[in-house]
Amino acid sequence: MSKSSPHSQSLLGGPEPVRRRPRGQRQNWAAYLFLTPWFAGMLFTVVPFAASLYLAFTDYDLLTPAKWVGLDNFRELFADERLHHSLMVTFVYTFVSVPLSLAVALGVAMLLKSGVKGLPVYRAVFYLPSLLGSSVAVVMLWRAIFGSNGAVNKFLELFGIHGPSWTSDPDTSLSVLIGLHVWTFGAPMVIFLAALKQVPVSYYEAAAIDGAGKWRQFRSVTLPLITPVIFFNLVLSLIGSLQTFTQGYVFSNGSGGPADSTLFYNVYLYQQGFTSFNMGYASAMAWLLLVIVAAFTALNFIAQRYWVFYEND
Amino acid sequence: MSATTTPLEPQTSGADSPGEHSDDHIETVGSTPWKRFSRHLLLCLVGAVMIYPLLWLVSSSVKPDDEIFSDLSLWPSHFDFSHYTKGWNALDHSFGLYLVNSLLLTALAIAGNLVSCSMAAYAFARMQFRGRKLFFAMMMGTLMLPAHVLLVPQYILFSKLGLLNTYWPLLVPNFTAGNAFFVFLMVQFMRALPRELDEAARIDGCGPFRIFWRIVVPLCMPAFATTGIFTFITTWNEFFSPLLYLTDSRLYTVPLALRQFMDSQGTSSWGQMFAMSVVSLAPVVGFFIAGQKYLVKGIATTGLK
Repeated sequence: MSKSSPHSQSLLGGPEPVRRRPRGQRQNWAAYLFLTPWFAGMLFTVVPFAASLYLAFTDYDLLTPAKWVGLDNFRELFADERLHHSLMVTFVYTFVSVPLSLAVALGVAMLLKSGVKGLPVYRAVFYLPSLLGSSVAVVMLWRAIFGSNGAVNKFLELFGIHGPSWTSDPDTSLSVLIGLHVWTFGAPMVIFLAALKQVPVSYYEAAAIDGAGKWRQFRSVTLPLITPVIFFNLVLSLIGSLQTFTQGYVFSNGSGGPADSTLFYNVYLYQQGFTSFNMGYASAMAWLLLVIVAAFTALNFIAQRYWVFYEND
Repeated sequence: MSATTTPLEPQTSGADSPGEHSDDHIETVGSTPWKRFSRHLLLCLVGAVMIYPLLWLVSSSVKPDDEIFSDLSLWPSHFDFSHYTKGWNALDHSFGLYLVNSLLLTALAIAGNLVSCSMAAYAFARMQFRGRKLFFAMMMGTLMLPAHVLLVPQYILFSKLGLLNTYWPLLVPNFTAGNAFFVFLMVQFMRALPRELDEAARIDGCGPFRIFWRIVVPLCMPAFATTGIFTFITTWNEFFSPLLYLTDSRLYTVPLALRQFMDSQGTSSWGQMFAMSVVSLAPVVGFFIAGQKYLVKGIATTGLK
């Protein structure tokens, strides 16, 4: 399918005047009619986007008119210890859970790749949690399972291990949520699986003839060929997990506790914006996160040149 | 939820054609029975860990209260369904009301997404118009835009319009093709439809609207199914927007209602909480089982979760 149509040249009227254009090749008004809802939606995105930038330089509490304060909010950002802490929580969560869940996803996808009896069942069981991972019910369930007398500790007791009170100990509470994230590895796994099936079997055969063992085949054939998909999953997971909210909020009942150990950046943003109604400050926070997310994404795109392999190159 | 741009496209365009059907043959090639057995063992182990929390939830919802945290066994000593009846009425309103609220919201969200996204996708995929490239780039840009940047101004807007404690703030994005993932999914799908169909219809005198309605829409049903199921699951689970915009407990959706079990942490109500959790998850699991095929396809083409 060529999506770039020839109309740009033929409009210039150049040397091929007889080329018949099918009726309606340009359908401006009809297209705009189809796009009306989308235009409304864009208005609803672009205006708030600009307004948010403006608000970041103001003090605003929803009741009194916004007051321009220049860079005050940003100065405050740099001095706000709790904000730094929330950033730390978010980073630790992201940089531990994203690689971990991608590794598990890839590992399990490798197990399923070469065709296993009952593949649809396995795939369903592994994938289902990723649909439930952000639901309130499951976050509360994890709280219960990891509670001091929850199922996990009961299980550990079988081996004589006295587990900590995972959820109420600030040292372990975040790891419970990291565990929850890893539990939802099914979504990237399905993507890996699709990619793995695209690797031509002949490549493996050629590698095997050259004497490559299973591990070597994985390192030298599979891995390079699926780097675009790893990259893709990495970018998505990173963007998503930097913006984690529900897990932290429900887990700590909105407080980010115990001892701020699950105070995700967006939970803190919510507290500032919609509990304390510091909407100017919350906007500044939102922009800081936007910059951070954009920076990580850009970094990823720059780094991909060195490790992502595109077969067509 | 998150989604993507194009890098996946080339790999997955034929994603499930070579795989699924030949699975059983491949397994026997080059693997010993022992290897096969150990692989299944490993997979079952992982599967058990994955599914255990959910089974524990279901079992705890029918266990007598004193057994929930004292007994590892998934099989209750006797079945106690009272958590369901008690939990149903434990909150300000009957749980039935929350279910109806969620259902209503979800149905409207699905309708909105299907209508607005398919219209936008049709324009992008099948029509030539001024600004097409720019608009398409903008749409893909919104895929990357973190929603929280828009949050504060949107909240202010809705509050000034007096729309807090209504479903409008939750539904506006659905009716304005605000979910770029679905637009993108449908664009991908429509591009793959043979253009000759449009041409033939055009020669027969169909305008763009008839082509859309009579040709493109009927052929896009699989993409619509994917969109519908994903919309169902995300809207059903959605916690943040309802938390932000709904404070009147009569309007609460299921996730907001569920959270109240934790607010009023009477430790005796664990069983009720679990029972209502099961009620809240059951539709998602049901939809998942019914629509698995479309889901897997949807993730493979767009990376949705």
